[in-house]
Amino acid sequence: MALFLLGLAVIFSGGLASLLWGRKPGAADGLGAAGAVAGGVIAAVPAFRILLGAPAASLQWNWNIPYGSFYIQIDSLSAFFLIPIIGLSVIAAVYGSDYLRAYRDRKNLGVAWFFYNLLLIGMMLVVVARNGVLFLIAWETMSLASFFLVTFEYEKPMVRRAGWIYLIAMHIGTAFLIVFFLLLGRHAGSLNFDAISGVPSSLASALFLLAIVGFGTKAGFMPLHVWLPYAHPAAPSHVSAVMSGVMIKTGIYGLVRTLTILGPPQEWWCWTLIAIGAVSGIAGVLFALAQHDLKRLLAYHSVENIGIITLGLGLGLLGVNMNAPTLAVLGFAGGLFHVVNHAVFKGLLFLGAGSVIKSCGTGQIDALGGIIKRMPWTAFAFLTGSIAISGLPPLNGFASEFLIYLGVFRGDIDAGFKAAIPELAIIGGLALIGGLALACFTKAFGIIFLGHPRSEAAERAREAGWGMRAATTALAVLCVLLGLLSPLVIQSVKGPISLISGFDDELARVVLGYATRVLIGFVSVSAVLIAVTAFFAVLRRRLLRGRSVRRAPTWDCGYARPTPKMQYTASSFAQPLTDLFKIFLRSKKDVSLPEGLFPGRSHFHTDTKDVSEEYLHEPAFEWITSFLGKFKWLQHGRLQIYILYIALTLLALLIWKL
Amino acid sequence: MTILLKLLNTAAGLAFAPLLIGVINRTKAWCAGRTGPPLLQPYHDLRKLFRKGAVYSESSSWILRAGPVVGLSAVVTAATIIPFGGLPVLLSFNGDLILFAYLFGLARFFTILMALDSGSSFEGMGASREAAFSALAEPVLLLTLAVIAKYTGQISFSKIFPAIDFGYWPKAGPAFVLIGLALLIVFLAENARIPVDDPNTHLELTMIHEAMVLDHSGPDLGMIHYAAAVKMWLLGALLTQIIVPVRGGGRLADVAAALLAMMLLAAVVGLIESSMARLRLQRVPQLLVGAAALSILAAILV
Repeated sequence: MALFLLGLAVIFSGGLASLLWGRKPGAADGLGAAGAVAGGVIAAVPAFRILLGAPAASLQWNWNIPYGSFYIQIDSLSAFFLIPIIGLSVIAAVYGSDYLRAYRDRKNLGVAWFFYNLLLIGMMLVVVARNGVLFLIAWETMSLASFFLVTFEYEKPMVRRAGWIYLIAMHIGTAFLIVFFLLLGRHAGSLNFDAISGVPSSLASALFLLAIVGFGTKAGFMPLHVWLPYAHPAAPSHVSAVMSGVMIKTGIYGLVRTLTILGPPQEWWCWTLIAIGAVSGIAGVLFALAQHDLKRLLAYHSVENIGIITLGLGLGLLGVNMNAPTLAVLGFAGGLFHVVNHAVFKGLLFLGAGSVIKSCGTGQIDALGGIIKRMPWTAFAFLTGSIAISGLPPLNGFASEFLIYLGVFRGDIDAGFKAAIPELAIIGGLALIGGLALACFTKAFGIIFLGHPRSEAAERAREAGWGMRAATTALAVLCVLLGLLSPLVIQSVKGPISLISGFDDELARVVLGYATRVLIGFVSVSAVLIAVTAFFAVLRRRLLRGRSVRRAPTWDCGYARPTPKMQYTASSFAQPLTDLFKIFLRSKKDVSLPEGLFPGRSHFHTDTKDVSEEYLHEPAFEWITSFLGKFKWLQHGRLQIYILYIALTLLALLIWKL
Repeated sequence: MTILLKLLNTAAGLAFAPLLIGVINRTKAWCAGRTGPPLLQPYHDLRKLFRKGAVYSESSSWILRAGPVVGLSAVVTAATIIPFGGLPVLLSFNGDLILFAYLFGLARFFTILMALDSGSSFEGMGASREAAFSALAEPVLLLTLAVIAKYTGQISFSKIFPAIDFGYWPKAGPAFVLIGLALLIVFLAENARIPVDDPNTHLELTMIHEAMVLDHSGPDLGMIHYAAAVKMWLLGALLTQIIVPVRGGGRLADVAAALLAMMLLAAVVGLIESSMARLRLQRVPQLLVGAAALSILAAILV
């Protein structure tokens, strides 16, 4: 525990030092990043130790705040979330120190690093807090620090708008959490998590719903996800990587921790989670497919992956509810493993996107192309991330989705779902998500990195600096390792699973053995795949040795001078699918076709707004604005009047208490 | 001995795969009243391609060259996990059927990328269509696998195939008819056959698979064609072993029967191609969604 606190202190002092010396060029980057890296490494030591089997460590200081105490504990579940949080933040800090170089003469980087380190501290505290008040404080620290990071380039109107949307979304979520903790505290008489037990089922259901909205806003459940497609593109890329890779996972953590508190799960909770997961997964990837901006596309993929995680957790919970240990363990193992995997490949993709945007000056997919030749390192890393996020073997993304699939297949055979339809919906849904993700990432990688450059900016692309390259390469290596070592990695979910499911260690161990054997099968097939690929690569080389190997223009069916403009674009690539799903996507097309013998300029433009934003949030907020408008007369801007309001409120409360 | 049989299982697929295409072409020729190419023509074509040099597009990168290698490796790997004619497989574990489906996904991922790498609008068009149609075909494949798993109570090919015999006809006949139809549609769609794609149209705006390989030549093109043949073999092996599970006549007879079933399947594909036109592209999604509906119906009946 001492090491953990020391780590926090180092991270904080790094941020503070960076804030103080922020005006000196270079100093801020060095101090802030060094603090995050050193502190992160120190704090990760106890987390690893506990995940490998050491007993949970805790620490409690009393506070003067009602219901509050500084009560933190690292158990296996906290440790399981701590490691990706710290790991990705450390790697992104290395990347950031290089990425922010371009802003040195324009921005006070000290502030940026201060909030980056504060965000890291907030996330770490959220997953170790064992008291409701402390949890909310950490939660707010995390939200506010990330707000200031999102609005890093506040001079741009788009960024300011993104910042406001983010701030409002976060606080709506937090409002639900405050109610959640108030109800919990009233029941248990204390807000220390371990003091809460025996929650009656009706209250538990209410708390479950509050947690879904409160934590779901952070995690990005459909339709609470509207802030993601704004905030992720606005933030600097290393911050988007952290926010999308791990910060939204604190929402998942909160939900999982809630489930450990609420007692035995009811069946409709499980199906709610599964439905949320399936809807977020499919809708997330569909909207991603229709995007033209790389970071916005990635943001929608976060919604998709959160969906997959939630689906896994829902299945696991269903296993607990139906007392089917195999289903429970496979579901939880798949969901939790996907938390780690998504952190790695989504972090990688956002960092890769950052390198592209920094080098070409734009994240518009249709303006890029052919930069694999100018940015080979970044391209290779991005390709690895794309394969992983599409859930393809032999990388890590497949390993976790595989477990979830297996949970459904197995759950049906072992426990017998009451109806065939939900099971089929899950399998069909997962397969559809997989197929659409493949379409989406062949589009992203293919259009951005392959073919001819579509703009001058893409022609001038230059490979990213060493810090950025090191970070993306490290994450790409992790994608491979987490896939090939998945039978070992999966052992780490044993502790968290026993905590959530209430199974004893022996049962969890036995069933996890089943998952391990399955993953060993996957790894051996991966080994065959790699060996066969190497064989054919060598064979191909041998065959071509000494023969004529020429380069010629792309063969466009006899047409000798193809131009970059003739290539397929991201929009045209996705068009068959976006047309097929146009009832959901409601894309707006703006077309003027070429006409006449000497056609003038023609153009084609599509814009896909978020359906839930357009039809749910905007009308709701308009109604709220007009309703609250009626109370404008209360606002005067005179301080005395406000003090009077406060005094009157206090007086009213005192009278009420008499 | 067992290891030899295991290798034989994979080798059978790799060896006989191009023969399927020969049988299809022969059937089509027969229907059209032509003599047609020899049965072994696909082997000669492959040998010719593997002896040539190569021409690469100027806009391409290493992706264009890696695509055929990865695509072939993925399907060859898939050949090590599906048993044929009761032979033992190299690798067998719970859930291998899911991995089987996803290995095709890996192959497709690289095929689409290598098409985009050439920068040609034709190949982009093929890639776009491949991505769209396979996104719809993949759920059908997994749904049918789920129905089979539900029916047999097993989630590994090595346990599923022995569990299916002709006893299913009285028990779950209608469901198996539906599964058979759904798998046949997946088979035709994934292997670029009529009514989804036409393997004979090289230069039309309607093509999918053939359009994606316009810029490949020599050994690379050979690998692509060979991978396509192996993929057809594997999906065909899945289809025939579920629908016509002939078994019990000793090892040799079982393998011979399975081979015969594969050739019959090829003949059926030839007949379909001779008697049908390609569907309009807008109709293809409807066909695939229809196949998904069939497999869902089958799941309810099982």
